[in-house]
Amino acid sequence: MMERLFFGAVATVLIFSALMAVGTRNLVRAVLWLGLTLATTSMFYIMLHAPFLATLQLILYTGGVLSLMLFGVMLTRRSTEQHGVEVHNESNGQRRALPIVAVAVGLIVTAVGRTDLSTATPAAVSPETREIGQRILGTHLLAFEVLSVLLLAAMVGAIVIARRKDASLEGKDDPRDRAAALPGSRLSSERET
Amino acid sequence: MGLESYVLIAGFLFCVGLYGILTRRNAIGVLVSVELLVNAANINLAAFAHFGRGLDGQVFVLFTTALTVAEVVVGLALVILLFRRRKDILLDLANGLKG
Repeated sequence: MMERLFFGAVATVLIFSALMAVGTRNLVRAVLWLGLTLATTSMFYIMLHAPFLATLQLILYTGGVLSLMLFGVMLTRRSTEQHGVEVHNESNGQRRALPIVAVAVGLIVTAVGRTDLSTATPAAVSPETREIGQRILGTHLLAFEVLSVLLLAAMVGAIVIARRKDASLEGKDDPRDRAAALPGSRLSSERET
Repeated sequence: MGLESYVLIAGFLFCVGLYGILTRRNAIGVLVSVELLVNAANINLAAFAHFGRGLDGQVFVLFTTALTVAEVVVGLALVILLFRRRKDILLDLANGLKG
């Protein structure tokens, strides 16, 4: 009974924060609601006897990804609020999105309803974290190595993508580009693009 | 709690994220929605690992976490690039390849 109550509370918070993260206009608030969603997910991991994942979720997502996203919002923050452009394309977007989402909900509910999941019983003993490490460096060693290459590629790629414009600006040394780089020069930025 | 409840919650989370991807016009808003999708998948993996008495599901969650972090990093780099070029991060502005 207690477990059921706890599950219901956590699930409610999870769903509500996810809805708010998708629905709210303010981007900073959306990112913060996402943080609540991710933190609640770590509660789920604890309930699923995965304390290592829960810790990792808190450190990596709510610590790393969230602050990264907040940085992104702050660095690119300007025109959406100043020029009164909506974050949502209310009429068009919702009308197109709702049938797709309805189909997805229907598919998931049908699939879960048709599959007999109730026979699955949870493991009595929770696995040790040591075993996870052994799996990573044992059975899944190749995937682990590929992943490290991917992380390196992502790092290099992010630096290259984000720096390219700067290099070209320095190379050209055109006063018009300087003016375009200044904040508030809407017109020159239009011409630049 | 049974396995179905976890799967249903994760499915609902996935649908919320899908809705966000389809309605958001802001690039960072789309990234937030993608996070929701990945989160739903992670919950499913952990749930099946717990109920299937295996450990590979948890290992998989670790891998998807690393993938998501890489995706966010590259996504934010693209967002910043878009902002530098167009002075805004609405996805409608990223139409440079449109014929």
